Order: sequence, then C-alpha cells, then structure tokens
Amino acid sequence: MFYSVLTLFVLSFIGFYLGKRKSIKLSQNIKLASLPSYYGYLAMLYILIPTLIAWFVLLVGENFVLEKYLFLILKEFLISMSGSEVQLFFIKIKNLSEGASFGNESDLELLGAQKIIQFKNLFLLLTYLVIFLVTAIALYLVNKKISPTFKSQRDVEKIVNLFIQLCSYIAILITVGIFLSLVFETINFFGYVNPLDFLFGINWNPNKAFVIDSSDVIDKDILKDAFGIIPLMTGTLLVAFLAMLVSIPLGLMSAIYLAEYAPKRIRDISKPVIEILAGIPTVVYGFFAALVVAPKIADLGEYIGLDVSSESALAAGLTMGVMIIPFVSSLSDDVIGAVPQSLRDGSYALGATKSETIIKVILPSALPGIIGSFLLAISRAIGETMIVVMAASLQANLTINPLEPTTTITTQIVTALTGDTEFDNPKTLVAFALGLTLFFATLLLNYFALRTVKKYREQYD
Amino acid sequence: MVNSIITKNLNVYYGDQQAIHNISLDFLKNKVTALIGPSGCGKSTFLRCLNRMNDVIDICRVEGNISLNGMDIYSKEIEVEHLREKIGMVFQKPNPFPKSIYDNVAYGPRIHGFTDKKEEMDLIVETSLKKAGLFEEVKDRLDDMGTSLSGGQQQRLCIARAIAIKPEVILMDEPCSALDPIATSIIEELITDLKKSYTIIIVTHSMQQAARVSDKTAFFHLGNLIEEGDTSKIFTKPDHQKTNDYITGRFG
Amino acid sequence: MTNLAKRKKAELRFRFYGIFSVFLSLLFVAILIFNICSSGIGGFYKTIFLTSIHFDQKLLNLEDNASEEQIRNASFRKLIKNSFDESFKDYSKDEIKQIKKLFYRKIDIELKNFLINNPEFLNKTTKVELTASTHIDQIHKGNFDRTVQEKHRKVNNFQLEIYDKFVEDQKVKKVWNSTYFTSGDSRDPEAAGVASSVKGSVFTILICFLLSFPIAIFASIYLQEFAKAGKITDLIEININNLAAVPSIIFGLLGLGILLNFFGLPRSTALVGGIVLSFMTLPTIIVACRSSLRAVPPSIREAALALGATKNQVVFHHVLPLAMPGTLTGTIIGLARAIGETAPLLMIGMVAFIMDIPSNPLEPAVGMPAQIYLWSESSERGFIEKTSSAIILLLMFLIVVNFVSVYFRKKYEKKW
Repeated sequence: MFYSVLTLFVLSFIGFYLGKRKSIKLSQNIKLASLPSYYGYLAMLYILIPTLIAWFVLLVGENFVLEKYLFLILKEFLISMSGSEVQLFFIKIKNLSEGASFGNESDLELLGAQKIIQFKNLFLLLTYLVIFLVTAIALYLVNKKISPTFKSQRDVEKIVNLFIQLCSYIAILITVGIFLSLVFETINFFGYVNPLDFLFGINWNPNKAFVIDSSDVIDKDILKDAFGIIPLMTGTLLVAFLAMLVSIPLGLMSAIYLAEYAPKRIRDISKPVIEILAGIPTVVYGFFAALVVAPKIADLGEYIGLDVSSESALAAGLTMGVMIIPFVSSLSDDVIGAVPQSLRDGSYALGATKSETIIKVILPSALPGIIGSFLLAISRAIGETMIVVMAASLQANLTINPLEPTTTITTQIVTALTGDTEFDNPKTLVAFALGLTLFFATLLLNYFALRTVKKYREQYD
Repeated sequence: MVNSIITKNLNVYYGDQQAIHNISLDFLKNKVTALIGPSGCGKSTFLRCLNRMNDVIDICRVEGNISLNGMDIYSKEIEVEHLREKIGMVFQKPNPFPKSIYDNVAYGPRIHGFTDKKEEMDLIVETSLKKAGLFEEVKDRLDDMGTSLSGGQQQRLCIARAIAIKPEVILMDEPCSALDPIATSIIEELITDLKKSYTIIIVTHSMQQAARVSDKTAFFHLGNLIEEGDTSKIFTKPDHQKTNDYITGRFG
Repeated sequence: MTNLAKRKKAELRFRFYGIFSVFLSLLFVAILIFNICSSGIGGFYKTIFLTSIHFDQKLLNLEDNASEEQIRNASFRKLIKNSFDESFKDYSKDEIKQIKKLFYRKIDIELKNFLINNPEFLNKTTKVELTASTHIDQIHKGNFDRTVQEKHRKVNNFQLEIYDKFVEDQKVKKVWNSTYFTSGDSRDPEAAGVASSVKGSVFTILICFLLSFPIAIFASIYLQEFAKAGKITDLIEININNLAAVPSIIFGLLGLGILLNFFGLPRSTALVGGIVLSFMTLPTIIVACRSSLRAVPPSIREAALALGATKNQVVFHHVLPLAMPGTLTGTIIGLARAIGETAPLLMIGMVAFIMDIPSNPLEPAVGMPAQIYLWSESSERGFIEKTSSAIILLLMFLIVVNFVSVYFRKKYEKKW
C-alpha cells in the first residue's frame, strides 16, 4: 500500500517535470500565456487526481471483491456454514494470510489463506496497472493541451479552488457522518426497544438484554423495563449540577476579581495558571477524582457520620467543577470586558462603590452573556466522559442524593461499547441512542448559548 | 499629444449609491495628471477604476468606458492581471510585503515570467531601485525586510516595485499623505523624474503638491468632475466658482 | 456615615470573595500538580537487590565463548535455583520460595540480558542488580504502610524480615528505572513501561496533524477568501461552530459507526484514532486560521493585486504565509488537546493491553491517556504509581507544547 502511494506521487512529480520541460521548450520561441511551472502543475494534477481516486476506489473495493471471490471459489465448502461461521472463517483466513498462524489450521483454511494471498498479489498488480494507465492517459491529454496560448494557470487555479471548496465541505460531511452513524444504530436499537420506553423508562438495567443470548427470540417485554434513560438523565444532571455549583461561583468571582480589581501583575500570572486547569487532560481529573477526591469524601462522610459511597456523584461532580472553572472564568471575562466603560463611569459618578457598580450595573448588563457562558459550561459538563467513567458508578440509581452512587449517559456509552460489542444486541446499540440524546442536548444548549451571547454582543457593538 | 487612458461616461455605484457621475476624462502620455478635491469626492474611486482594483469589491458596479491605448479595459478579453501589469499602482500608505527588499521588487517580474535567470532578475531589481532613487541607500542590504525601511524609503520601494513590471501608467493614491515633508519632497522629485517614461495619475489632498508636480489637474466634487485643464490655469484662473473656492481654501 | 461604613465593608467583603475564588482556583492547580508529582516521581525509580551471582557454565549448559544466540536459548532456572539455595542455606525450602517472591518473577530474563551484554562474566561471580517485586518496591519507597496487619499485606512478616536484612547489608538500592521508558505495557508493574503508549500517541497525533492541518487551512482559505456569502457558506460556518462544541465521545461513536463498521478500517489502530481526533481538531484549527487570515491587512492584498497577481497568488504567496504563525499556534493548541483526549479512543478500541511497541499506524496501539486509564483501573498499588508517572510525562509534554506555542505567538505576533 505504501509503495503504491509512493509510486503515485513519484509519477505525478515526473508529470510536473515533463509538463514544465515542454513548456520551457516552447517558450524559447514565443511568450507563453502562463508561467512554465503552471504547465507542470497542471500535468501533476491531471495525474494525481484521477490516480488518487482510482487508488481509493480500489482500496475500498478490495475487501468487497475479495469476499465475493472467496465465496465463488470456496462455494462448495462454505455452503454448509452459517452466516457467523463464514464471518469467523474469513477473519481466520485473513489473519492467516497475514502470517498470524497458530499451527492448528485445517486444509480448507490454509487453502483459503493461499487464495487470499494470490488475490491480493493480483489486486496489487491491478492497482499498479491502473495507476500507470491513468498516468499515461493524463500525460497524453496534457501534452496535447500544452500550447503557447493555453492558459494553464487558469486551469490550475480552477482545480485548486474546487479542491479547497471541497475541503470546507468536510465540516458538513462530519456532521452528517455523526448524525447518520447515530441515527442508523439508534433505529436498530428502537427495533428492540420502544422509543417511549427508552425516553420515559425509569429503570436502567441493560444486562437484562443478556437473556436474549440463550434463546434467539427476543422477549420485548423484558427489554421494556431495561432501557429507561430517566435515571441516567438525573445522574448526568446531578453531576453537572454539582460541577456548576463549584465552577459558577468560583469561575465568575475569579473573572470579576481579575477583570475589575486585580493589579496587572497578578492578572497576568493568575490567568494562565487558572487556564492550566483547562489544559489538563480529563483522564487526569478522572484519576484524581477516583483516587484522591472520592476516598477523602468518603472519609469525611464517615467522620461526620454519613454513609458516602466511594462512587458518589459528589466526587465526580466536584472534580468536574474544578475542571470547568477556567471555562466559566474566561467566558465571563470576555463578557464583562465587553461592557462599555461609559456604564461604569456613569455608576462611579453617582458615588457607587466598585462592588455596587459590579453587582448593580455590570453584572445585570452582562447577564445574557454570562448566562450564555453558563449554558456552554453545562453542555461541557454533560458531555464530559472520563471523569465520570473513572469516578462515578456503573449502577443506575434514580436519586438526587449526591452521596449515593450514580451513573451518567456518557459512562453508560463507554460501558456499552468497551469489551464485547455485539451489534445485534440492544445492550450495545443503546450506546448510539444515548449518543444521539447527548448530541441533541448539547446542540440545543449550544444553540441557545450562542444566541444569547450573540444578542448580547450586538447590543454593545 | 497622445492620450494614454481615455474614460468616457463613467458611472460607478456602490450598491444603490452612485459614487461617480458620468465622468469623461483623458490622460496624456508622459504627463502627470493630478486629481484633486475634498474627501469623499470620488477621486480615489475613480483612480481605482483605472486598474480595476474595484473588482475586488462585490457591491461595486462600473458603467461606461475606459480604454488604455484604444483597448477597452473592461472588455471580456482583457485579463485583469494583464491589465495591472500595464498599469501600476502606489498606495496611500506604504505597503511593502513583509519580505526582503529584493523579493519585494522581484515579485512582480517573477509572477509575470519576465525572466528565470538570476542575473537578469538582479538587473531588473537594480534598475527599478535606481529609478525609484532608492538603490544607493539599500544596495548593501537587499536581503533586509522591506518593512524595516523608513516610511519614505518604503514608499519609494513600493514605487520601485510598481515600475519593476514595466508599466505604462502609474497610479498614485495620495502617495505622500503618510510621509514627512522631507520624504514628500523626495517623492515629488521622483515623480517629476518618472514622467519621462511613464504616464502618471496622482490623487492628492495637497493643492501645493498638485501645483508642484502635475501638468494637468482635474477637480472632483461629490462624484462629479467639475473642471479639468492645465495645472497652471486651474490654479490661477479656474472657470468654476467651486474650483476657485476649493483652491483658495474656502472649503475642503 | 454608618451607611457609608456599611457600604465600605460590603465592598471589602466582595473583594475578599474575589481574592478567595482566585486563590481557591490556584490552590486546586497546586494540589493537583503536587499530588500527582508526589505520587508519581517514584515511578521513575525502581528498587533493586544487589545480588552476587556466579554464572556457572555447567548450570547454564553453555560452552566457553558462548555466542549471543546460545545464551539467549539457555535456561537460567537452574542457575537461579542454585544461587538461592546456596545464599540461603539456613532456610527451609518453603522459606526460600518466599524469599524468591521478594524478587521480580522474571529475574531469569534479567540475568540473561545481563550475560548477553557482558559475556565475559561467564563462569565468574559478579554483583548483579535484580529488580525487586512490586510489593517490596512499594514498601521500600514508603508508599505502603508496613505496620498494617499481616493479613492485609502482600508481604508477610518473614519476607519483611529478610528485606530488612537486605537493607542492613546495603543490598537494596533505588535506581533510575530505564525500562519504564523503553518497554511496553506488562501485567507486572515492575516491567510495565510507557514506550508503546508514547509511540501510539505519536502515531495518532501524526495522523491527526497530517489530516487536519492541510484540510483546515484549505477550508479556512476557502471560507475566508473565496466563499461568497450564501446558504452553503452559512451552513458550513454553523457546522464548524457546532463541531467545536460536540462532546468528544460523540466523535468516538462516529469513528465506531462509520470508520470501523462501515469502512472496515482496522480496530484499535492509530490510523483510526488519528482520523477521529482530526475531526475534533479541525474546527479549532479552522477558527485559528481564519482569524489569522482576517488579521492580514488588506493593504498587502491590494499591493499584490495591483502588481497583477491573481487571487490565488495573493493568497498563497502573501496572505497564507503571514497567517501561518497564528495558524500554527492554534494547531499546537488543538493538537495538545487531542493528545490528552481519551473518550473517543475508548470507542474505537484504542484501550487494549499492548505489549509490543507499534511500528506503524496500522498496528494496534494505545495512546498515553488510554494507558493512564488502563493502569488506573488496575488494583495493584504498583500501577497507581506508574499511572502518576505517566501523567507527569504527559503533563510535562503538554507544558512544553504550550510554551512552544506561546513562544511562537510572541515571536511572530505582528501588530499591523
């Protein structure tokens, strides 16, 4: 694979050289419409674009064709196997063909592996053949096109512009990809579980779906009561609420102090140090929460006579709150900074103290912006994964008591998709339904947050 | 006397607003023509029509006819890059590229494919800098950044850059407004020098400058061409009351 | 006047709240870093026993001047058994067994490597540094309270006694743990290292950079310089803003659903990890690149246009190079965030027990954060220390990266 890509690039460079050489030769007699290197670039693009497309198509198509081919030549053996057995067989002979042998292969498997190797060699040959053929055609076309009056620069720029335009569409493509991947599997999931049971169920017990492994018939009545998202939502919101309890006062007050009171030196030092909190990977917070915060809280609880779970929402929520402090403070800082000086001056002129000015003038006028930043912080908190995965519980509890173990949407997504994943089981598929819920929730929060912030900005622009 | 650029019934609109009203004005070859008038009178807009710099602005619409040596510059066959090779421009604020002095001058010749030989390019750079009267000051530091020069030197570098592509016409949009008096006088001398080889059209705010450097003067007001003619005549006995008011400093 | 005094007091109080908040935030940073450092520094060291070993030819079944190959194939079991039996003659068989447990269970490999590197010691007696077991390691470093009841300890009283004797004889030493940096993951904390995860991270970030950087730059150029205002442009902008706010785990689901299940890319590989992370990094770089492009003054564009440059030439010759420093700063910040990202990698199976150091992006790999996650899930005390050490490495790397980006910004920052 590596060499085929290399060949591709080498060929396109040769194309560049040939195109440039020909145009230089031409330019000795007459002035060309474009610089010689543009003729080179054009030849390069003419080779590179179709070969890359062809190469990509072959790469994606290889697996597909290979399976069809194997079916065809091993028909008599495969006909007696079930679908999953065939899949297993394919995986085994594929591994075998890559040299992963365990020494206990049957003749059929060895034969299959041999066929795969044969096929792959043939396919590689085909790939090179296509690349060279396309190159030859491209060179012929470019050669015919190159003439003193031909404006190669214009063509090159057109191709480049088209290319960068396509690059910008990738953003749409990613969103569509997210949406499709979530929706498809969610629909599959809803084939097992009624959407209403999912959205309004108050019991979360996905392990019930194990039952379907023994008998192939799925008892929907059992599943009815296993995938209720409500306990996960309360858990998620509880953790997010606790996080906000820490981050909003601390973040907002820090922002106010640093923006309005602090001498420049302290501001210059403190701001980046607080920002460090935002730069620390979340897995570090998770480790910290599970290893330091949770036991400390449990100890403290024991000391004052409370029964605190070691996987309580409190540990995860508090740690997450610390993580979000810089998020709140830098957003609030921007918002407070945008309040015009004239408003402050007006308040001071009436004899108000600084704190009165802040509380009665600045904060009210900055309120929409501050609320917007809170919403963004909340959306951050409910989408946060590692802290809750490491510090919160796996057990769903419909409770608002922060001392009891709680689980969250993200925790359950991770649980569903790590370890054994079976895409024909609601236990795995539910992750996508949860993901879709999370996606919409954060989308909504962000939409409102950005809208409030934008409105606020416009007010003072 | 040969006309270099001829404009006929030129109207320019920014969206719904008309910036230039039906102006017809001709520019003589190897002469300096000054465009004067109060701020917002459309003289810069007019200037930027001549090398189609207004193309960049989406909402800008140009009607009428401008021709360079008898060729309609807004016709479909003309490529704007080609046109700008023939009509150079120097801007209000010196805007050298943040590259070396050498590269600043060599950039134009390079993209237009004047030469790909180092010695020939050296020669182009040297003659351009000499013509702009800058060579002696920078010959030992051609690799220094163009932006490291003083304001007046930067503007002369921009002039050198403009003449390196051998234009026929040079447009100058208030080239001295950001410079001190000494730098200004150097540039003015340079302009007088350059008109031997180029047609120069200069927009200026300073009436003294117009009087000093130009052969012809055109007075603009609110998008209209009020009066044009020999500089000496415009400044001594203008036909129009408005022109008289402006040059005597009654408004503007 | 009392009213004013009250107001003054309120003012002071408010101010105090502010200082307190900043102080508390700074305190959190300090606690976090102090905690991680104090529990992680030890992981860079390991405890060894200085043991005198006679490399008996007969026991090893080796000839004089045995080749490296021969040493590699030799069994060191007998030699070890013999040495133990001889050094601890006074102890019972069972006790010797317990003493053996003070050592790392693969000391035969350590001895083998020692002999391979120093073949001149064949048939000679020399002092060799043998790694202690993780439990002894933890006790020696003082991470484990040895006064707890015997049944709650992994090391019994007899073993402690022997250990204390070793200490008395100055046979126990704390040395720099170089294997931590050169080896991959292991079931034994003594032998576990970060090399495989570091390399996995390097591959992942490399793929992420190679994909996101050019695409982001091209997309930014299009949006900032070429795109005409319209529905599609608006749609792209909305999408970019949204992507920046989508939780990272969702990107993992995208990788699982589309890249693994639909396109059939290999699971657990740096390739897929890099692609997923590039989706997340893309908006960050685009935002940075666009604002840098916007900051390039129009006068530069005008100058180039007036010389007859085409729009493409203006952008690629002048505007983009000038926007590069800002773009690079944004890229570094985006990549730094991507390096620490864990959740999406969990979704695509980049959390696995990987002993081998991956040699290319198509081999199964874990990244640093995933390794931290894996180790932190382990109940062994030794792994907790390793986790903290890995966190120190990761944080140090991030700090360096951040300094580089600040340096970039300071050096190339241009006020127009």
